[in-house]
Amino acid sequence: MSRPAIKVEGVWKEYTVGAAHPRHSTFYDLLSHGLMAPFRRLRGAGVDATSGDRFQALRDVSFEVRPGEVLGVVGRNGAGKSTLLKVLSRITAPSRGRVSLRGRVASLLEVGTGFHPELSGRENIHLNATILGMGKAEIARKFDQIVAFSGIERFLDTPVKRYSSGMYVRLAFAVAAHVEADILLIDEVLAVGDAEFQKRCLGMMGEVARDGRTVVFVSHNLTAMRNLCSEGLLLSNGRVDASGSIDEVLRQYAFNAAGHTGAVVDIDEAYPEKIAALRRVAVVPQGGAGGDSLSVSAPFQISTCIEVRAEHVDLGVFVSCLDASQNCVFSSASFFNAKLNGARLTAGLHEFHCSVPAHLLNTGDYTLDVVLIRNRSEIVLTESAVVSFHIEDAPTGIDGWHWPIQGIVRPQLGWTKSKISSPRAAFQTGVTPVATSSTPKSPGASS
Amino acid sequence: MSRENTEQYFGHDHLTVIEPVKGWRMLDWRELWAYRQLLWVLTARDVKVRYKQTVLGAAWAVLRPLTTMLIFSVVFGRLAKMPSDGIPYPIFVYAALLPWTFFAAAITSSGQSLVGSSHLVSKVYFPRLIIPLSSIGAGLVDLLVSSVILVLMMSWYQVGLSWNLLAAPLLIAGVVFTALGIGTLLSALTVAYRDFTHVTPFMVQIWMYVTPVIFPISLVPERWQWLLYLNPMTGIVEGFRSVFLGRPFDLVGLGMSFAVSVLLFVIGVAYFERVERRFADVI
Repeated sequence: MSRPAIKVEGVWKEYTVGAAHPRHSTFYDLLSHGLMAPFRRLRGAGVDATSGDRFQALRDVSFEVRPGEVLGVVGRNGAGKSTLLKVLSRITAPSRGRVSLRGRVASLLEVGTGFHPELSGRENIHLNATILGMGKAEIARKFDQIVAFSGIERFLDTPVKRYSSGMYVRLAFAVAAHVEADILLIDEVLAVGDAEFQKRCLGMMGEVARDGRTVVFVSHNLTAMRNLCSEGLLLSNGRVDASGSIDEVLRQYAFNAAGHTGAVVDIDEAYPEKIAALRRVAVVPQGGAGGDSLSVSAPFQISTCIEVRAEHVDLGVFVSCLDASQNCVFSSASFFNAKLNGARLTAGLHEFHCSVPAHLLNTGDYTLDVVLIRNRSEIVLTESAVVSFHIEDAPTGIDGWHWPIQGIVRPQLGWTKSKISSPRAAFQTGVTPVATSSTPKSPGASS
Repeated sequence: MSRENTEQYFGHDHLTVIEPVKGWRMLDWRELWAYRQLLWVLTARDVKVRYKQTVLGAAWAVLRPLTTMLIFSVVFGRLAKMPSDGIPYPIFVYAALLPWTFFAAAITSSGQSLVGSSHLVSKVYFPRLIIPLSSIGAGLVDLLVSSVILVLMMSWYQVGLSWNLLAAPLLIAGVVFTALGIGTLLSALTVAYRDFTHVTPFMVQIWMYVTPVIFPISLVPERWQWLLYLNPMTGIVEGFRSVFLGRPFDLVGLGMSFAVSVLLFVIGVAYFERVERRFADVI
């Protein structure tokens, strides 16, 4: 059994709440605090007023990573993933515990650390590479490779402030990709750049992983995690919640997420003057392949509870689902359903359920607008962004596919294939032929 | 030696141990040495960036002390008739302005250096001391460029050609050392207490008047001169005058200033090292 490349033993990291404001943010505070200290003690105040509340970003975290393993760290926002990476890369010291790292360490917490806008691409390559710990000879040896990878040969002597943001990121990533280290600590580097660039980054990550280097990788991209990592570590509230094989850890993560993602909102505003009011809205998973979490592969239900204050009212519920960029992804009304169309409600509480199939929404954050409509035309009440929910990623389970699936919706589409003898024979079965305007390159195609 | 040292910090068998830091600790000179290339690259960056997109470029290094010298010569030399120990006032004041301008710029820029490099401090590890150190390098280039004017003035006024000139490198090393100690202290203090962003320029201004830049130290009664020498810059400025104007050295005074300088350096580096690991949390 080989010695671990990374060994973390009982690490705690404690912050005073409001870490942006250290205990004494101005010299005056320090002085007045210092001068008043004896008096406070006299009064027996006991607790130091400025010590404030303590917040544990990491609580007794222990794990080991063997050489060549790729460890994926998952957890919700604020679970301590970034803090862990900062401790491992020696940017911040742990409050308790001990970490040992064997070999040369490179941390890629962002791309382009230390880039200076006034300097040329060439100068910035040297600067950034040195900051990442590359030696002079190493930079000279890899310089051409870095330039070729970035694809900015023509602009090598232009100040990077004149670069487009795409060029900037490509150059920065090119340097990072050529760091030679035994241990790589990588944080969401892949979150920047366009889809095309993310593909390259993930491709490079895959190479690194196969290279036998030790990697600690933090990301929200679960599909990439499953494909790139061998081991996983789940953090929640600063503690290690699960560790082991990546599949096991991701399963645990999905299970934990279920408790948080079903959203139920009670509405207190009664609007007594209106004929009806919205009392409760819930977005809850309905089982299925994704288990009990709101995930891409699980159907879910939008439930609304309304209070009707008159007899025989033709009242409908209209919902629209908006994504994080405020695009309306879908909308639907209860009276779209023939059975509910024209239904007259009695006074009292009623609940409506709307089922949303699996494989409709892509991963992301959504909000729901609810509108109560009378006689299919008259708006009684509009509640905007009444509930928000998050759709978790669901691993595709396809070997070798590392990339997020783009799109506002994420339907599961049907694909078929059949073998044919000539291009003319194409599309004869099942599909109406469509006139194509492609250039006739193959011998069989003539017009 | 250096290979072995670099291997130790960047080698494939190097074991890095990360533990909580408590209390005072010694500066890790060997680690600092292993990172010397980064120091060099960051210094080169500051030098290159300093006069980018300026019309006059490096001429600014000469123009600033030269203009100050002209103004001081008119105001203090001509109008106020400030004594200058029988040496022409312009060269008398310029010999002092050289180290002073460097010192003032160096402690101001290194005081701000850590806060200005927060993007580096919060994203990657290296010995933090490199940041204030590298911010001083750029000023050193200015010092060397502007000393050309001093040499020209020496030949114009026919003063200063003496063996004392051999001590010039020592004096330059002295002013760099003094600026390092104070700059390091200020940079660490500025991270925790942003008050120093405002205190430093003000302090520099006052400091010049307790340093014999515009006046000769002979203006101060002899029994009080030692008080002035407790200011490390007094020794440096008087030393520069001795070197470039061919006057005898006041060795006792110089020694006193140097001792204070060493003390400030030790305090500066020790304080810096004590708070270094907290920078990323506070910055």
